[in-house]
Amino acid sequence: MAHEDNDKPAPATPGVSRRGFITSVGTGAIGVAAAGHLVSAAPAAAQADVVKPGDVSTITLTVNGRRQKLLVEARWSLLHVLRDRLGLTGTKVGCERGECGACTVLIDGQARYACMTLAVEADGREITTIEGLMTGEDLGTTQQAFADEDAFQCGYCTPGQVMAAESLLGTNPSPSLDEIRQGMAGNICRCGTYAHIFKAVAKAADLKRRGR
Amino acid sequence: MEDKELYFWNGPLPETQAPATPTPEPWGETKVVGKPIVRIDAYDRVSGSAIYPSDVMLPDMLHAAVLWCPHAHALVKKVDTAAAEKMPGVRAVLKDGVVGTNIPWFAGRGGFTSRLFDAHCRYEGDEVAVVAADTIYQAWDAVRAIKVEYEVLPRVTTIEDAVKPDAPPVRDGGNKPAAPQPYQRGNVEEGFKAADVVLEQTFTTPCELHNPMELHGCVAKWDGPRLTIWESTQGVYAIQAGVAAALKLPLANVRVIGHYMGGGFGSKLEHGKYSVMASLLARKTGRAVRLFLTREQVCMSMGNRPANTITLKVGAKKDGTLVALQSRTIGSGGAYSEGGTGGVDYVIRELYTCPNVRCENSSVFINAGPQRAFRAPGHPQGAWALEGALDALAAKLGMDPIAVRLKNISLVSQTRTGNPPYTSTGFADCLKNGAAAFGWAEARARKPLPSHIKRGVGVSGGMWQGGGGSPPATAIVKLFPDGSANLNMGASDIGCGTKTWGAQIVAEELGVPMDRISVEHADTGTTQFATPSGGSKTVPTESPAIRSAALEVKDQLLGMAAEQLKLPAADLELRGNEVVSKTDATKKVALGQIQAFGRRGLLIGIGYRLPNPPGKAVNPFGAQFAEVEVNTKTGEITVLRFLAAHDSGRIMNAKMFQNQVFGGITMGIGFALTEDRVMDDKQLGKLLTANLHDYKMPTALDAPADKTVVVVDPHDNAFSNTGAKGVGEPATIPTAPAIANAVFQATGLRLTDAPMSPARVLRALAAQKPAPAGQKGVA
Repeated sequence: MAHEDNDKPAPATPGVSRRGFITSVGTGAIGVAAAGHLVSAAPAAAQADVVKPGDVSTITLTVNGRRQKLLVEARWSLLHVLRDRLGLTGTKVGCERGECGACTVLIDGQARYACMTLAVEADGREITTIEGLMTGEDLGTTQQAFADEDAFQCGYCTPGQVMAAESLLGTNPSPSLDEIRQGMAGNICRCGTYAHIFKAVAKAADLKRRGR
Repeated sequence: MEDKELYFWNGPLPETQAPATPTPEPWGETKVVGKPIVRIDAYDRVSGSAIYPSDVMLPDMLHAAVLWCPHAHALVKKVDTAAAEKMPGVRAVLKDGVVGTNIPWFAGRGGFTSRLFDAHCRYEGDEVAVVAADTIYQAWDAVRAIKVEYEVLPRVTTIEDAVKPDAPPVRDGGNKPAAPQPYQRGNVEEGFKAADVVLEQTFTTPCELHNPMELHGCVAKWDGPRLTIWESTQGVYAIQAGVAAALKLPLANVRVIGHYMGGGFGSKLEHGKYSVMASLLARKTGRAVRLFLTREQVCMSMGNRPANTITLKVGAKKDGTLVALQSRTIGSGGAYSEGGTGGVDYVIRELYTCPNVRCENSSVFINAGPQRAFRAPGHPQGAWALEGALDALAAKLGMDPIAVRLKNISLVSQTRTGNPPYTSTGFADCLKNGAAAFGWAEARARKPLPSHIKRGVGVSGGMWQGGGGSPPATAIVKLFPDGSANLNMGASDIGCGTKTWGAQIVAEELGVPMDRISVEHADTGTTQFATPSGGSKTVPTESPAIRSAALEVKDQLLGMAAEQLKLPAADLELRGNEVVSKTDATKKVALGQIQAFGRRGLLIGIGYRLPNPPGKAVNPFGAQFAEVEVNTKTGEITVLRFLAAHDSGRIMNAKMFQNQVFGGITMGIGFALTEDRVMDDKQLGKLLTANLHDYKMPTALDAPADKTVVVVDPHDNAFSNTGAKGVGEPATIPTAPAIANAVFQATGLRLTDAPMSPARVLRALAAQKPAPAGQKGVA
């Protein structure tokens, strides 16, 4: 639920300290009861406040180009906020511990697991989800390549695969087969469609190079 | 396992009536069927618009989390939920003793009954309580606040411990279910006496976890006495039957919807306790409830392929002719299932001609999660033993591994009563055509590299007990006056492209373009009865009914056009959006101009599936070829390339067929190299591989990009009006032994334990006697 008019103070400094992050890792839905707070930078983390379940703070996320303020609990994962608060269910839940890649999104253009990213950690960042690759009802280039190459079966891991491919092609527009395999290694497809995924990523790279 | 059990239906298999239209001629050249067409729902799945059951969000919906028993074996003495119930956002807590939860729970088909919340927890993962709250975080807060007193019981988590005389019983009556009668034909003792060569080896296979990417679970919502469940399932009608029985509801009042689902591989053929718990929570709170398990729970509770130990004795003549096969298999289906060895001996009995066969199987109970059907139950294990043994036999006889297999091709089903002939078997062609396309002879003749990296090739055959289809199947095709069509069928599309090939059949018969066809499926409220999608039977079962339905619509349409054009219906054919005379193309009428059609508004054709012809067996076959590298310093095996030649009858969609075969190979690579459920046997009996880091499924780095499919397509028209057999399971059966046999050719190591981990490879290398110079690496 987006709240544009809340009167709670926003955290002074966005981002999360490493220590705070570690205390809260394993979050997903089963995580720790109360995450270490996230206000200050690394050395000061030892004195951080303790945030209780139910305590909320305001963050601003730019999701698929649209800036929005949200009230979130410190322990909520970005995955939870995208799916259950913003209704962007294209991003999937697979393991909630950074092992399967079904929840891969782009944060400032880089592939990240949304289950391993706290929503407060993403404050101020630009998030792109599978829905953000569309132009109106038209598929994005990588999405079209996945469709054409039959690079999925059940399709559940596919949004994550497509986002991983987007990230790869963002930094390496002409990846070799080996680079494609490395770039896609963080996303499990239990249906085992990897050979078609490799083709789809190569095709997307080709289409993008030719300006599509 | 009986043939009918492959339908995953509890109770007698329903029948369907004969189609109204006469059995059509088999297809000749097709325009749409078989073509590599992009999936009809590709857009939904790549855009993120597909709403999977775990994506269903209803207004005011609650979120539920399950508390599971952390012990391998324990009695629940007391569950204190007082604190949990008072926590913020908590709306309902269910546990043993709460009114309405005393529901019997049937484990598998064995008839053993426990309860929804059974105080006797028989494995780590048995359900103890469930909470529904406003957010999933609050639900987990409350689960953690529940205090449980357990009496921890002695436990057994290995087969060796379970069969000891003083072993703690997993269930009343001990750890051994009634032993099935051994399978026997001929006389194995006589057979071995007549053999020139006898080989006996013991093979072991890993316990594999299905781990589909979408977790198990559902969303449940009540409207008065009627319940709707959105469930990630392979079969909506199976869920309906299970939930209706558990909650004593009329079938009509349980609507199950499963439009998309994120993989099952056999683990989503039946309802779970979660289906019933979500329904109870939703009824108690008057709100919709979403209950999806965690990955840990899925690893613990949602099924597995049992680990098997198979001792296989093979007797053969000098020319490779098999004369006797004897197997002894042991396995465990966990705490609740008797199916620890189900299906394992089928390949051994069936694939190769052999007059004398004896197969003994024994299953035991252990304190571990129950098995569920897993992609070709038993067959990859059986093939691991049989195909390893045949390879060893070939080496012993100095024969090419393919020659030994070709020597023993069977044209009849030796297992089934009366030895019925197969309607088709392309097994010999799979071996021959596959070998030619793979470059088998050249690859085998290659000199070994002067390096610690050894390279080799291997082959394996395979067949699947199912894959022939049968009634029941009912499909409805609706034709609209603008020439667009709707296909309505109950089958789930679990990723095999069911909706797409179904629409291709409609397009083939009615000439409707694919983008003017919609598919309504997997909904007990609006679509036809279907058994779950499993057993590689969805294509062979449903496709003939779909074709019949389309032809039934065409019959009606041509009849109406004939009346209007005053021509015999036999002279008319459907061409695009028009009905045209075959003899005089100037005589035609557009669909929209057929008055009777316009008055009707919609034409409906109902299609049914006939039984397969009596006295025939319908099975898919395949052969796979692997090339691997073995690093003799690290023990790592790298799969370089794979070629798979499969006879699955007519292909519905070349692109999806290839994808399905590649997927089966990928899963088989997991069996061969990395996948293994590990229990903490010596300490607490807990599952150590309860996540996707420790339970290693193949990734993009493990699956070779170089994969080829050779379609051996005998156009099997002897059993159905589409001639299509299944492929999903056959594709994963020969994979692992092909890799093991390639490792043998590379190194001379006969590895019989899967997965072939680097540690095992290194141990085997260390134990290997140094081969005479120049011979290493040659089989």
